[in-house]
Amino acid sequence: MATTHTYDAVIVGAGGAGLRAALEASQHVRTAVISKLYPTRSHTGAAQGGMCAALANVEEDTWEWHAFDTVKGSDFLADQDSVDVMCREAIDAVIDLEHWGMPFNRTPDGRVDQRRFGGHTRAHGEAPVMRACYAADRTGHMILQTLYQQCVKQGVEFYNEFYLLDMIVSGGRVAGLVAYELATGELHVFRCKTALLATGGFGRMFRVTSNAHALTGDGPAVALRRGLPLEDMEFFQFHPTGLYGIGILLSEAARGEGGVLRNATGERFMERYAPSIKDLAPRDMVSRAIYFEVKEGRGAGPKKDYVLLDVTHLGKELIEEKLPDITEFARIYLGVEPLREGVPVVPTAHYAMGGIPTDNDARVVSDETNTVFPGLYAAGECACVSVHGGNRLGTNSLLDIIVFGRRGGLSMVEDARRLDFAPMPEEPERDAKAILARLAEGPEPHAVPEIRAELQHSMDENASVFRTDELLREQENALGLLRERYAERAGVQDRSRAFNTDLMEAFELGCLLDLAETLVAAARARTESRGGHYRGDFPKRNDKRWLKHSLAWKSGDAVRLGYKPVRLGRYKPVERKY
Amino acid sequence: MPGPAGGEATIRVLRYDPDAGGAPRWQTYRVPYEPMDRVLDALHAIKWRADGTLAFRRSCGHGICGSDAMVINGQNALACKVLIKDLSQPITVEPIRGLPVHKDLVVDMEPFFDAYRKVLPFLVNDDPAPDRERLQSPADRARYDDTTKCILCAACTTSCPVFWGDGQYAGPAAIVNAHRFVFDSRDRASNERLAVLSDKVGAFRCRTVFNCTRACPRDIHVTRAIQEVKSEILKRRV
Repeated sequence: MATTHTYDAVIVGAGGAGLRAALEASQHVRTAVISKLYPTRSHTGAAQGGMCAALANVEEDTWEWHAFDTVKGSDFLADQDSVDVMCREAIDAVIDLEHWGMPFNRTPDGRVDQRRFGGHTRAHGEAPVMRACYAADRTGHMILQTLYQQCVKQGVEFYNEFYLLDMIVSGGRVAGLVAYELATGELHVFRCKTALLATGGFGRMFRVTSNAHALTGDGPAVALRRGLPLEDMEFFQFHPTGLYGIGILLSEAARGEGGVLRNATGERFMERYAPSIKDLAPRDMVSRAIYFEVKEGRGAGPKKDYVLLDVTHLGKELIEEKLPDITEFARIYLGVEPLREGVPVVPTAHYAMGGIPTDNDARVVSDETNTVFPGLYAAGECACVSVHGGNRLGTNSLLDIIVFGRRGGLSMVEDARRLDFAPMPEEPERDAKAILARLAEGPEPHAVPEIRAELQHSMDENASVFRTDELLREQENALGLLRERYAERAGVQDRSRAFNTDLMEAFELGCLLDLAETLVAAARARTESRGGHYRGDFPKRNDKRWLKHSLAWKSGDAVRLGYKPVRLGRYKPVERKY
Repeated sequence: MPGPAGGEATIRVLRYDPDAGGAPRWQTYRVPYEPMDRVLDALHAIKWRADGTLAFRRSCGHGICGSDAMVINGQNALACKVLIKDLSQPITVEPIRGLPVHKDLVVDMEPFFDAYRKVLPFLVNDDPAPDRERLQSPADRARYDDTTKCILCAACTTSCPVFWGDGQYAGPAAIVNAHRFVFDSRDRASNERLAVLSDKVGAFRCRTVFNCTRACPRDIHVTRAIQEVKSEILKRRV
């Protein structure tokens, strides 16, 4: 028997989006946050660079310029009304954080300081603008801490180390959630009027990734299994400067401060790919350039499989002061001294632009005509509003979680006051229990790490920076075999109840497999190149046919695709040149 | 790529199975490693290739989430930041000390977070908020910069002999998080915060052993922060 809890609002995930929603909802309705990590362990804490808002504290700026940059960066796939909402509310989002104690860096006159960041410009691309508010090189860490501190102050109720396993749908709306308590192995049913998914990304379907081990997309996978579509799954951002071998991120700040990328011959190859802004081209373009350098035999190292991020000309003082992360990560993890030598880097799976489709109030929508699915909300990386379209600009993820986390919280309050509880089926935890029972009984206790390794390796090979129909077809086949083995054979070694992370890793792998399948199906269908989705066999953007969002449903063992229009606005799609 | 060849590492892990009860026991594993592998990689190698029952926490894998503090060759550290090649073998890995062990390397973090919550670890300022940001000079901002780096990993608190010996002591991490607000020019609740730390569970328990400063994976000057909190208590208390 599961333990049952009753709340007006339940939030899954305690990163920036979940905590921001909780601060809003818990003021007005009975709210709980369930999170598979202690809140301060969430991956929001890994974000370094900043959070953009047109405060104009340092130089002239307007939220409309910010919106233009966001739309252009998205390769015109973002919904422009949603981008307007985000960029307009960015200013208050920063001020709210400051009032809560966020330790932003300051200007000499004591205001929030701002600095330049990739893709952010004044007057529609005229020149770089100082728009990114920041706290040293740990902006995400400070946002996460500040939000958690305020949750402690407000007495928000947390269920830490609880894993989301299932969502209970009854009469076409959310009736509750089922979660697994890691400490005891017990199932819990959270009966609720409203539920917000804020579970973050799912970069762990790739081998080389900047994402935390916990980022397995449990929220989107559960929504998908309960009949909801996922939007724009083919758009995944590969950050150009992941540390070779492990994928840990070296911030864009390294190139912002003057660092350059070089191939094996020492050539600054970005001069060939983006003659005007070179190493500061958008992330998708730089990642592709690295891919081609390696593919064409100009990679560095014994296996010729990486390029070098060179900061040696910047001088010790600047490197130590402004790029402490790069020096620390390179020294600790690669034993490389960036003051003297190039740091080996490769593109690393970084950010899912796609996810659970929502409207501008974080309400989940379930079809091509944006019909609201009552009682369900999503915010942050696991959601797709869409404000990032085909490629997210740096700093806009921290902004997204604050703006849409808040909006999600407000929507939950509004709807929880209006809605009643949906009727709860008999034994609501039955399906979740069945999933765990099957994994506990699977005949291959070593299968999970093996399947996961094959998933990650094959996704890197076939469905990452460079895609073709042939590669994606190969990946569809590979996923079919992995799914079959997972469904029929995968088991666990640990049979105990307390802290059975073996069992939870097995559950998480199932989520990754489901999401990888939607990504590959949507990527194979989209016969164009746009933002983070690059097709070697269709290297140009095709607005006539593809200026639209994909929706992917799970349909038995297959994926069914649909499409919905992009909401355009002031900016007409033009070729993206830098 | 630089560095010597890897090899095979011998790792002794202190394991505890709550179902079986009894005393924790050492279990020895041998795992192959690459030159740049960290202790976390070795634990994954054990869990994924040899023994799926081994329990430990981890998430980000690069020293920012604070999940994987443990005692490695006798020193508190994050498993994702310690390279295997830098350690003498056999490598010993134990749960952090002074908190009840749930299973293997997983400890009960609740007492740690309880102590944290007691110091009012949040900005308090009930003055009417201005339309824009509150002003703070770069110098005032710099005053508390060091202690904003804390990731609540508990490496400092669980390295402290006073904390081991006394279930009552708030511990370095709680004091660090009090420091972060006591020296923030925007905050108005430092008297309450310092009152918490001036009583018998508070900052004066510190014996300046400096274990905490050595243990901090974020290079926070923990002992100095504790000394500054002590001075502030004395300064404000008449």
